[in-house]
Amino acid sequence: MATFTGQLINFLAALLLLIAFAMLSQRRILSLIHLFAWQGFVLALSTTVVAYSTGQPHLYYSAFLTLMLKAFLLPWILHRLIIRLNIKWDVETMINVPTTMLVGIALVIFAFNLAAPISQLADTITRSTLGIAMASVLLSFLMMITRHKAVAQVVGFLAMENGLFFAATSATYGMPMVVELGIALDVLVGTFIFGIFFFQIRETFDSLDIKNLEKLKED
Amino acid sequence: MISSIFSQLFQTLLIVVLAPLLLGWVNQCRAWLQNRRGAGVLQPYRVLHKLFHKDAVLADNASSLFRTAPYIQFACMVLVASIVPIVATDLPFAAAADVIALVGLFALARLFAALAAMDVGTAFGSMGARREMLVASLAEPALLMILFTPALIAHSTSLTTIVEALAHREVVLYPSLAFAAVAFAMVALAENARIPVDNPATHLELTMIHEAMILEYSARHLALIEWASAIKLSNYSAIGIALFLPWGIAGAGDWSGVPLALAVLFVKLLLGGAGLALLETLSAKLRIFRAPEFLGTAFLLAVLGMLMLEL
Repeated sequence: MATFTGQLINFLAALLLLIAFAMLSQRRILSLIHLFAWQGFVLALSTTVVAYSTGQPHLYYSAFLTLMLKAFLLPWILHRLIIRLNIKWDVETMINVPTTMLVGIALVIFAFNLAAPISQLADTITRSTLGIAMASVLLSFLMMITRHKAVAQVVGFLAMENGLFFAATSATYGMPMVVELGIALDVLVGTFIFGIFFFQIRETFDSLDIKNLEKLKED
Repeated sequence: MISSIFSQLFQTLLIVVLAPLLLGWVNQCRAWLQNRRGAGVLQPYRVLHKLFHKDAVLADNASSLFRTAPYIQFACMVLVASIVPIVATDLPFAAAADVIALVGLFALARLFAALAAMDVGTAFGSMGARREMLVASLAEPALLMILFTPALIAHSTSLTTIVEALAHREVVLYPSLAFAAVAFAMVALAENARIPVDNPATHLELTMIHEAMILEYSARHLALIEWASAIKLSNYSAIGIALFLPWGIAGAGDWSGVPLALAVLFVKLLLGGAGLALLETLSAKLRIFRAPEFLGTAFLLAVLGMLMLEL
């Protein structure tokens, strides 16, 4: 039984990594947000499986919190934002998609090697997924770097938070509840502030391309 | 010894004879999905029969390469068919070549197709050959990576050993095999000139890849090429079944399992063909310049699958 749940967690972790790659290759912001919602859903599912296999009740709460916040609320807010800003079909990447993917593979190899000694020390059921968690953090980071527009960068930031959360579940069976609630609230408030920023940036520059922020103004 | 030779002959003949039937089934399913009546599952046999009874017309400047290439392609595909275990793992011939040699055999057939296409010197032939080589150069590394994943699990590159290792033990969830299977489906679509990459049913210069290469062929040469590509599709289905769905294939010396294995194989091929037709109906053809991205994704999935094994 324990081996089966272990395999299930591995499978969900693989799915998480696949979604991270799909986000990296995505050209349209709307599909990016859908993928982000799916990532939150898979994350909640894997947290539930970890909670079930280790018998840690507080993980159920954090799984529920993840589901509500990252699979429904945040995607909904982002969805509303891009409809208000009318940027559903934005196409923008700095380097072309195949190159980004190749860089992504290199990052995954790096993350797996980095995690290998740590996971050998650990004795948790989820130890083998630490590499995947680090890889998805790095991939989200790569996504933030290779995007021009602010919305995609914010999605990258939120996806990075997903990866960190997964790393926490796989390394230590989750953080204390207080920390988790704090982070969840921070992310929520952060998204609201980002939403306000989007409108401010567009008001000032007529575009959401953050290249404009580099121009200094004297007056 | 005698029984294994018989098993070898039976499996090879099974694929070679039934390959047009699988093609006919896929075409028929596609016709149904598109609300057409279709020509029936036996149509590929009728086409082959017609082509074999015509007189061959050759271009004036066609060399002997042009005439021998269809035979080489056909021979390569028959050879591949005799290496892949599909009913039983009792294949004496399989020791001759492992999965890497298998990729080489596919490459040999393609090389001769491309050379023959350029031999007559028409514009279409060389265009098709160029496009085919573009697709092949991207599909081949991906295919190798895909084959390495089950090979690493089974600790062998021999297909019969892989089938023995994967089919006859308790169920283990391998995320890496799932990744490899998706990547394999993508590569198989590209290599068999199916719809997201190539359209086997048109003769439009903008879209055709495989058809452009064989425009100069007629009669028995064309029949051999068509038959070879039908066997290629069956071979890819057989490899897919052997690597990712090996349950039901009878072990060595297990003669009682053969009837069941045949029935299971039949069901798998029926479902696989219907799935292929569904996929082709649902997806649109990619522009030729998007093909590298499609195959790049297949390569990425294959590499991810291999990396996932280390965890």
